[in-house]
Amino acid sequence: MAKAELMDYDKALELFEPVLGFEVHVELNTKTKMFSDAPNPAAGGVDQGAPNTMTTPVDLGLPGSLPVVNEEAIKYSISLGLALGCSIAESSRFARKNYFYPDTPKNYQISQFDEPIAYEGNVEVELADGRKFQIPIERAHMEEDAGKLTHVGGATGRIQGADYSLVDYNRAGVPLVEIVTHMIIGADRDAPELAKAYVSAIRDIVVSLGISEAKMERGNLRCDANISLRSRADVAASIAAGEPMPLGTRTETKNVNSLRSVERAIRYEIQRQAAILAKGGTILQETRHWHEDTGVTSAGRPKSDADDYRYFPEPDLLPVVPGAELIEKLRLALPEQPAVRRRRLQAAWSFTDLEFQDVRNSGLLVEIEETVAEGASAQSARKWWTGEIARLANIAGADPASLISPLHVSELIALIEAGDLTDRLARQVLEGVIAGEGAPHEVVESRGLKVVSDDGALIAAIDEALAAQPDVLEKIRDGKVQAAGAVIGAVMKAMKGSADAARVRELVLERATATVAE
Amino acid sequence: MSLIKLSAAELSEKLASGEVSSVEVTKAHLDRIAAVDGDIHAFLHINAKALETAAEVDAKRAAGETLGELAGVPIAIKDVLATLEMPSTAGSKILEGWIPPYDATVVARLRAANLIPLGKTNMDEFAMGSSTEHSAYGPTHNPWDLDRIPGGSGGGSAAAVAAFEAPIALGSDTGGSIRQPAAVTGSVGVKPTYGSVSRYGAIALASSLDQVGPVSRTVLDSALVHDIIGGHDPRDSTSLKDAWPSFAAAARAGAKAESLKGLRIGVVKELDAPGFQSGVTQRFHEALDLLAANGAEIIEVSAPNFEYAVAAYYLILPAEASSNLAKFDSVRFGLRVNPPGGGTVEDVMAATRGVGFGPEVKRRIILGTYALSAGYYDEYYGSAQKVRTLIQRDFNAAFSQVDVLVSPAAPTTAFKLGEKLNDPLAMYINDITTIPANLAGVPGMGLPIGLAPEDGLPVGIQIMAPQRADDRLYTLGATLERLLEEKWGHTLLSQAPDLAPGEMFAATEGAV
Repeated sequence: MAKAELMDYDKALELFEPVLGFEVHVELNTKTKMFSDAPNPAAGGVDQGAPNTMTTPVDLGLPGSLPVVNEEAIKYSISLGLALGCSIAESSRFARKNYFYPDTPKNYQISQFDEPIAYEGNVEVELADGRKFQIPIERAHMEEDAGKLTHVGGATGRIQGADYSLVDYNRAGVPLVEIVTHMIIGADRDAPELAKAYVSAIRDIVVSLGISEAKMERGNLRCDANISLRSRADVAASIAAGEPMPLGTRTETKNVNSLRSVERAIRYEIQRQAAILAKGGTILQETRHWHEDTGVTSAGRPKSDADDYRYFPEPDLLPVVPGAELIEKLRLALPEQPAVRRRRLQAAWSFTDLEFQDVRNSGLLVEIEETVAEGASAQSARKWWTGEIARLANIAGADPASLISPLHVSELIALIEAGDLTDRLARQVLEGVIAGEGAPHEVVESRGLKVVSDDGALIAAIDEALAAQPDVLEKIRDGKVQAAGAVIGAVMKAMKGSADAARVRELVLERATATVAE
Repeated sequence: MSLIKLSAAELSEKLASGEVSSVEVTKAHLDRIAAVDGDIHAFLHINAKALETAAEVDAKRAAGETLGELAGVPIAIKDVLATLEMPSTAGSKILEGWIPPYDATVVARLRAANLIPLGKTNMDEFAMGSSTEHSAYGPTHNPWDLDRIPGGSGGGSAAAVAAFEAPIALGSDTGGSIRQPAAVTGSVGVKPTYGSVSRYGAIALASSLDQVGPVSRTVLDSALVHDIIGGHDPRDSTSLKDAWPSFAAAARAGAKAESLKGLRIGVVKELDAPGFQSGVTQRFHEALDLLAANGAEIIEVSAPNFEYAVAAYYLILPAEASSNLAKFDSVRFGLRVNPPGGGTVEDVMAATRGVGFGPEVKRRIILGTYALSAGYYDEYYGSAQKVRTLIQRDFNAAFSQVDVLVSPAAPTTAFKLGEKLNDPLAMYINDITTIPANLAGVPGMGLPIGLAPEDGLPVGIQIMAPQRADDRLYTLGATLERLLEEKWGHTLLSQAPDLAPGEMFAATEGAV
């Protein structure tokens, strides 16, 4: 749908009530895969490897091969379930989800169906204005990731029109936990923001547990956003009649791989569906693909509730019976809840409510915390992440965290605090780091951006400026110190910003007096 | 005596004493295969490296290495098992020429124990069948009568052993594929307790039912093979972690046992059916009399739910198989058929499966897909699982009264090739005696007990024990084997027709 055809957002919310639901897939960062001893490409710091090199007969679904459950992945899943406030099943079971697709080597996915490892939880999320929402969690279940298809030929890179497709099974068998929410009603116009806040909250949780690299741009964390609209008039009528409230037809938007996209995609779908419904049209139950570049969703495949995956218990695996002792051990080992942690960090960093909310809203709490852990001051870390880095990320349409690492930000701040960089120079260094030119000190070196702390060069420039402006020199000598500004400005300009203004001022005054002494 | 007529245990003694070399033993069997397998068609592939491996084992022995009991003994391997350097097709066109990049755990254990893989044996496609007629590579013939089936799905392994092409073989048993071929070829075969032998590398038919096991001419030989292939395998999640006793020791003890006093043998009423072939029932009851005469207590027990076993089995098996066989899609391995004019990947998958699978495989995939479908799942797959639980309870109740259960191993002797090929239900019902053990995971053995008077073909008994009590099969099996051979004055297979008179004559001449 062309953007011009979308319904105005406010108008859409006036007419319709959005109903949301999310399926968030978390790739666990265990050393090996879910059901084989192949290295897990979603583990931290793993070389991604050439296509189909991180595989065993199990990951390729070769005849005779059998899955064996990764016990570490079970522990991670239990921890995640506990952190989501879920009950952990005494006994849960893997099931086969049968469907033919070439990225699924066995043509069935080992997942969990009617007996998930974790069920019925709750996640608290906070909006920018401080309002809190409770997101009801239906279940969290374990499964294996599929391989990756690359469609070659054709204009779009999609399967339609491609000449052929290549399959890389490196990702096949990566451990996943899928977190499914119940229906979320009542978000109303906050729906897009709530969606972003929810995914951000899940990210905070998995990061605090250390069970996933949680990089959305790398697919470690993927969100499928379900949304439907129902007319407010219909809702009112059902309430009046004492009938159950109707539900609209939902779409499931996939490929939403940044927090920003989650928000945008929900907003877009609300406007798109509203425009169709307002004209008396019907929404197709289908998956939709989010296009980051154009900011629209497009139709995927029809998805009916009657899709028959012929689930049945996986006969190659035994039920997962973790034992109360293990569950309690993992419960005791849980890190503090993100909300508790936030209160603690605000106190430790001495941020005002406004400053902290700013940080929360930027979704950069983790990055700032890691930057502080690398040695930076909290205020500087906040200033750089929510300021310049967020600005550059916005221009690039990317998540700030994907642009630069906390270590590099900390290094940048250290260079500023040591007087090696001015803020202005630091911004140039930041650009260099983001452009992939290396660590801050390497960019400083290669771009020659260091503050000129060599007084000799400064003195030469100052003397030149003083000589060029004898009237100013006179004024300084007469004690009109504020006149020095004109000379300082000239010097800074001559040094192309690579000078520390405070030091220049000091030296200007010193040279002016020195000239008298001579 | 010709080397090919010796049991694996006898061969191992001669190998250990240095009387013969593994190369000689292996060569004797390769020669036998060359002489008779044109008629039998037990093998789909002969291991080109068999003699080389035999020479290596001889060298190890010469170097004084400590070798396992069956080191240097040749063994045939059912084609359902993945083997390095040898095609592994499971009797299907869809895997024609596929050479796995790994050995099944049981094969790796055979190699580690220095046995000599002779080759891969014929089978019904993906082990679906009771006659080997569903092999995509043509049927195997029964050495007792070339016009008859050797049983199935493991007809190749049973026929290879019965035709003296191999002293021992590996089979797999999902509903009787080891025990029924043993019964109709006059050989011995054991389906171990579910989980006692690794399934890793066994191309899956029905994961919850499949079990790899030994095929041989003597009870002791099966026990020796079971000792090698059994035990926990971390690659198979359903593999039991139990420590197992020596089954060979159990067989040797059984062979020496003077009396069966104190042993309670249960006869399953429902499997002593009047519909069975009369010669089968007759030999079965003669065997019971022999056991009773030697001190065993024969007790009739009832397993009322066995009646539903075949029906439940033909829902569970196709359901699991329909999913297990989904991986055969041409994308990563095996046959690929491009439809005329090209097409989508789905078109290629469909064309490949259409050409690559035989009719019985398609029949069961359709059955299984249907049984698992939404709206039918509870009625079919769900009900079948409940029946399975009831059958397990029947076994538990029976084993609270007796130590072992017995029945005929198959309702008939070997039927004629083609006789039941177009009547799937008749073929399915042939497994009525063997299926309950798979549904309950209990071990079972097929053992020859004579020839049916009406057709002169082998009849087998089935012995079943509680889960994990596989040793009871070997103990009782070895005792019964000895009692029968003492009564007959010979082994049953010595009565089998001479398949290659010229060859045998030459061997005899040579000995003179």
